[in-house]
Amino acid sequence: MLGRIPGKKGNSYMAFYRSHILVSVDPECLDKGAHKVIDALNDELVQTGLLGEVQVLETSRIGDPKLFGPDMVVYPEGVHYVRLNVNDIPFLVEEHFLKGRIVDKYREKAAPVSEEELGPPKSKEVRVVLRNCGKIDPENIEDYIAEDGYQALAKVLTEMTPEDVIKTVKSSGLRGRGGAGFLVGMKWELTHNVVGDIKYIGCNADEGDPGAFMNRRVLESDPHSVVEGMAIAAYAIGAQKGFIYCRAEYPIAVRRLQIAIDQAKQMGLLGENILGSEYSFDLEVRKGAGAFVCGEETALMSSIEGLRGEPRPRPPFPSVKGLWGKPTSINNVESYANIPQIILNGSEWFASMGTVKSKGTKTFTIAGDAVNTGIIEVPLGITLREIVYDVGGGIKDGKGFKAIQTGGPMGGFIPAEYLDTPVDYESLASLGSIMGSGGMVVMADTTCMVDMARFFMEFTQEESCGKCVPCRVGTRRILEILEAICKGEGKPEDLDTLEMLSKQVITNSLCGLGQGAPNPVISSLKNFRHEYEAHIHEKKCPAKVCRALIDYTIAADACTGCMVCARNCPVNAISGIRRQPHVIDQDVCIRCGICMQVCNFNAVEVN
Amino acid sequence: MPTIKSLDDLKRIREEALHKRQAKVDSGSIEIIVGMGTPGIAAGARETMKAILDFIEKESVNDVIVRQTGNIGLDSWEPIVQVMVGNNPRITYGRVKADVARRIMREHVLGGNPVKEFIIEQ
Repeated sequence: MLGRIPGKKGNSYMAFYRSHILVSVDPECLDKGAHKVIDALNDELVQTGLLGEVQVLETSRIGDPKLFGPDMVVYPEGVHYVRLNVNDIPFLVEEHFLKGRIVDKYREKAAPVSEEELGPPKSKEVRVVLRNCGKIDPENIEDYIAEDGYQALAKVLTEMTPEDVIKTVKSSGLRGRGGAGFLVGMKWELTHNVVGDIKYIGCNADEGDPGAFMNRRVLESDPHSVVEGMAIAAYAIGAQKGFIYCRAEYPIAVRRLQIAIDQAKQMGLLGENILGSEYSFDLEVRKGAGAFVCGEETALMSSIEGLRGEPRPRPPFPSVKGLWGKPTSINNVESYANIPQIILNGSEWFASMGTVKSKGTKTFTIAGDAVNTGIIEVPLGITLREIVYDVGGGIKDGKGFKAIQTGGPMGGFIPAEYLDTPVDYESLASLGSIMGSGGMVVMADTTCMVDMARFFMEFTQEESCGKCVPCRVGTRRILEILEAICKGEGKPEDLDTLEMLSKQVITNSLCGLGQGAPNPVISSLKNFRHEYEAHIHEKKCPAKVCRALIDYTIAADACTGCMVCARNCPVNAISGIRRQPHVIDQDVCIRCGICMQVCNFNAVEVN
Repeated sequence: MPTIKSLDDLKRIREEALHKRQAKVDSGSIEIIVGMGTPGIAAGARETMKAILDFIEKESVNDVIVRQTGNIGLDSWEPIVQVMVGNNPRITYGRVKADVARRIMREHVLGGNPVKEFIIEQ
C-alpha cells in the first residue's frame, strides 16, 4: 500500500517538477539511514543535472519500515522502491530518472496473504434467511426455483388449509423480526379471524436504523423469498392484495423486487388462480420517502394510503382496522423470508434453533469498532460476547470493549459486564435494550457515551414526526441538555432532569419511536453515569471526544518536524520549521484531530 | 417464460433449471459470478464487471458465463468475484478491482492458476 501523499493539496510548485520522490522519514527508516539516502539522492540529482526536474521530499511512513525501510515512492508513476541503500542510488537515479525505466529489483513485491490469516469466515453462523444470498442470481426466477423456490407456496396451496399454515407458523415460534417480537402466527391468526371480504398484507421494508442493512441484503440478493413468504401469508389470512413498503434509498432493492414480482406474475406464481387453485394474489411495491417513523406500522400504513406518514393510536390494531380500514397484517422482510423454509422443513426444524422463547436465527449488522463489520446470521441465544469476539473478530486497533448497542437508535447501551447475556427478545429487554430489527453498534473504549447518547438523540429528535407532544418536545429538550453537557455547560441537576424527561417521553408517546427514543440516554445514565459526572463537574471528557473539553498539543520531544500535521491542518493552526518541533495555536485550532491521525510519531497529544 | 399452472409444472421447471446447471458443470465451462449488491457496487463492482467483459471481448474468450449475484456476506471484501471452472470447487476472490479482475482472467480463467493472494475461501 502506498502512503499518503504530503503536499498533495494546492502546492503551486508541484507543476514545476516533472517528478517527485517521497522518502519515508519514519523513525525506523531514519535508523536505517533514510537521511543518508536523501542526501545521496540530492547529490546524484545535482551530478546528473536533474535537480531542477526532480524534487526530493520527506514524508511519513509509507510501507512497514521493518520490512521495507528505507523506502520511497516516486510520482507520477507511483512506484514504491524499498530496502534502499546509499550505494543503490546512482544506478536508480540513472535508470529511473535519466532513462525512464522502472527498476524492478528495488520494487515492493506484493506479499502473498497466508490462508490461515483469512480462514473460513464467521463459523458460528447459520444461514436460513441468507441461504441464497450471494449464491443465486436475484434477477433470475429459475435460479430461485432451482433452490426449491416456490415449493413452499405450492405445498401450501395443494396440501394445506389457511388454518394449517397458521398453526405451523405459530408452533414454529417465529417472532416478528421487525423489533417488537410479536408471534407472527398469532398476528396472522388475529387477521384471519376478523370477518371481512377484503384484507391486506404488508411488508415492512423501510429499514431506517443507522448502520442496519440486513433487510436490504435479503431484498437485493434473494427477493423471491420475500415474495413467496408474502404469498403464503396472504393465503393464510385471506388477503388478495399485498404491499411491500420499501424505502426509496434502496434503489437496487426496489428494482429487483419489481423484477421478481414481474417474473413471478409472468410465470403465474402471482396473479389470478395461482397454480391452478382458487387462490389469487397481487403484489405491489410502494416506495417510502425515507422517513424513519414510517417503519412504525401504523405510520407505514398511512404512507401507503398516500397520507402523511404519521402513526395512529392503537387500538384499533391493524389486524382489525388497517389499510383503508380493512384487516391488515404487516410483517418484516426477514419474517417473510423465513416462512418458505418453515413450511418446507417443518415447524420442529425451526423451533430446534434458538432459545425457549426466541426461536430460529436472526440476521444482525455489526457496525462500529468491530474488526469484522457487516451482516451475520446466527441462531438466537448466542451470547453478545460470541457476536463481538467470535463473529465480529473483537475490537479494531487492539482497543478495549466499552459497550454494544443493540436494536438501532432506540436500543440501550449494554456494558462489558453483561457480555455473556444470550441474545433473545427477553434478555435484551431486561437490560434496557431491544432486539429491534437487528442493528448492532460495537463501541471501543475510546467512545464517549455522553456523545453517543447525544448522537442517537439527535437522530430520533430529527425523525420525530411531531404528531404527539411528549415525543416532539421531549426529545428536543433531552437533546438540548445533552448538547450542553457535551459543550461543558452541564449543570448538576441536569441528570435528574434527563431521567425525569426520559420517563415522561417513554410513557406518554404515541408510537414506538418516542417510546424507545430515550433508551440510549437511560442506559448510559445507568451504566456510564461517571462519564456524565466528569463532563458536568470536572468539565472533562474521559474518552477525549467532546471537542469543547479537549486540547491538542504537540510533544516537542517526540515531534520530528516532518510537517505532515501542518500540511493536513484544515485551518492552518500548526506552525513550525522543517525538522523542528511544531506548535498548535489553540485559538485557531478547531479540534478536529486530523493532526493526531496523520502523525506517525505519536507526537500529538490530547488532553 | 413458461407459465406454471400446477405443482408438476413447478417441479418440471425446477428439474430443468437444475439440469441446465449440471450441464454447465459437465461441459467444463467457466462461470464467473460478480457480487452486485449495494456494497459490491459501492466498492466498484461495475468497473470489475466491465473489466471482465472487456477482457472476454478483447481476448475472444469462449465458454465463459458471466453473471451477477447479490451480497455474499463479506462486505469488507467487496468487490467479490467467484470463479467456477467445470467441476472444480468454487473459488471466491475478494477486493477485486479492475486490474485484479484482469489478472484473474489471464492467470486463472485462461492459465488455470488461481491468483492466490486475492482468494478469500475455496
